Amino acid sequence: MEQTTVTQLKKHALNIRRGVIEGTFNAKSGHPGGSLSITDILTYLYFVEMNVDPANPRDEKRDRFVLSKGHCAPALYATLAERGYFEKDLLKSLRKIDSILQGHPDMKHIPGVDTTTGSLGLGISAACGMALSAKHFGDDFRVYTAVGDGESEEGQVWEAAMFAAHYKLDNLCVILDLNGLQIDGPTAQVMNPAPHDKKFEAFGFNVITIDAHDFDQIEAAFKAAKECKGKPTAIIAKSVKGKGVSFMENSVGWHGKAPNEDEYKQAMAELDAQEGNI
Amino acid sequence: MADKKATREAYGAALAELGEKHDFVVLDADLAEATKTVMFKKKFPDRFYDCGIAEGNMMSVAAGIAATGRTVFASSFAMFAAGRAFEQIRNSIGYPHLPVKIGATHAGITVGEDGATHQCLEDIALMRTIPGMTIINPADAVEARAAVEASLSVDGPVYMRFGRYAVPVFNDAETYKFEIGKGVTMAEGTDLTIVGSGFTVQMALEARDLLAEKGISARVINIHTIKPIDREILTKAAKETGAILTVEEHSVIGGLGSAVCEVLSEECPVPVMRMGTQDTFGKSGTVPALLEEYGLTPAHVAEKARELLAKK
Repeated sequence: MEQTTVTQLKKHALNIRRGVIEGTFNAKSGHPGGSLSITDILTYLYFVEMNVDPANPRDEKRDRFVLSKGHCAPALYATLAERGYFEKDLLKSLRKIDSILQGHPDMKHIPGVDTTTGSLGLGISAACGMALSAKHFGDDFRVYTAVGDGESEEGQVWEAAMFAAHYKLDNLCVILDLNGLQIDGPTAQVMNPAPHDKKFEAFGFNVITIDAHDFDQIEAAFKAAKECKGKPTAIIAKSVKGKGVSFMENSVGWHGKAPNEDEYKQAMAELDAQEGNI
Repeated sequence: MADKKATREAYGAALAELGEKHDFVVLDADLAEATKTVMFKKKFPDRFYDCGIAEGNMMSVAAGIAATGRTVFASSFAMFAAGRAFEQIRNSIGYPHLPVKIGATHAGITVGEDGATHQCLEDIALMRTIPGMTIINPADAVEARAAVEASLSVDGPVYMRFGRYAVPVFNDAETYKFEIGKGVTMAEGTDLTIVGSGFTVQMALEARDLLAEKGISARVINIHTIKPIDREILTKAAKETGAILTVEEHSVIGGLGSAVCEVLSEECPVPVMRMGTQDTFGKSGTVPALLEEYGLTPAHVAEKARELLAKK
């Protein structure tokens, strides 16, 4: 990837991370940890990979993204705002009574949200339905879905994996956000879903493992996914929960907790400092 | 005696027939032979997708298909559609109000020998709690076909309840006009009203004849659409006949009886009695034996009607 592109993507990602902090701080609740772990992938999807048009969010030909790990809505909303689907100021209204920005993604009211998600395990199945629909009705859009590693403890994730491989949904790309933590602790201790690569492989997927925060690796993975025919692709994205904010990184406690004012200021200062290093 | 046909047969036949002019796909969860979606599958093999024994995934897949603007039917037994996949129907389909058409067969006690695990007596109760859900419980094969066709124009989720057991066909396919949300007065009467839904409508009509022999005039209403329910026809019946008897092949908790009581307690409180399964699970047996066991025969209905009249 060209250096200028990487620089640009990193700037977008920083803005998205700021949006995550802004949203959860103002809401006084929400899920910053998993939002920050999936941010770089979302950045690449919405600024490079996906065929989408913020001016026409319901375009039938658009690529679709399903945030199966729906609690990471702050990252999706911040990405959509950064991409121009709506004003960034709206992020401050996250989870508030009159806001369109529901605690979990709501396709009916939020421009750019393709599927209502939040209850874990359901989104990946809906993504399968979209991919099947595209194949059946001869549409050439692609479908992307982000699944949490904790989420993969839901049996429905594997029902969907079976379905995707069975119907050879090579227009489907599953991103498994492997950040290693869930609410009750490390996934390896709560209910170990590993190894994800071997499981997806056994289910019939093309599997690619990457560093979720390296844009060159992200690009290579999505390119390979697109070229793979006859089977769906699972990108196992090894990520850092809370990525970008030192005190949130790899910390179980930041799964579903909002920063207070001091933490908000520190997080924003850290993100500002990172901007200088891009 | 009228011809007998299971409403699931009519469902399969309707899919196969309507598939000619409507470009929809059909999903099933390894029960195509039983739900009768096999009739569609044989005619349109490329438009039929088996999801295997994974009903939760199937409902969310259906939501995904509907989210792309395409029409989809998803079928399984009522137990595994409304029961097993309740949360998927609520969150993937109901909350975003996606127009998925759910064909749930083998509802109620008339599943017969398979017994309690497969006799779904709570699906209407479950589906009724989902905002925006349309629920249709057709009384015979003619109404079932009409319901499937009508579901195509509903801009939101539709739950259609079909039975395994062959039941009399009493509507005339040539003349029957079906309208979602509109109850049908099957027979006039002045002393009380018997409200049926599904095959209990036929039972209500037979009970009416038994009552007539005793000089009792019973009105019979067919509530094929349980949600949105026809408040007007029920209120009018309560005002004019003063007593309502509901009969359903479902638990009396949360089903037709509950829905009718909700309307009448607000609009026109009159004595109501609810027949159906009384807070109990089903069991194995032949259908006639089960109907006798759970008190769902014309004779039982007539007897309950006389009990109700004493409360007026």
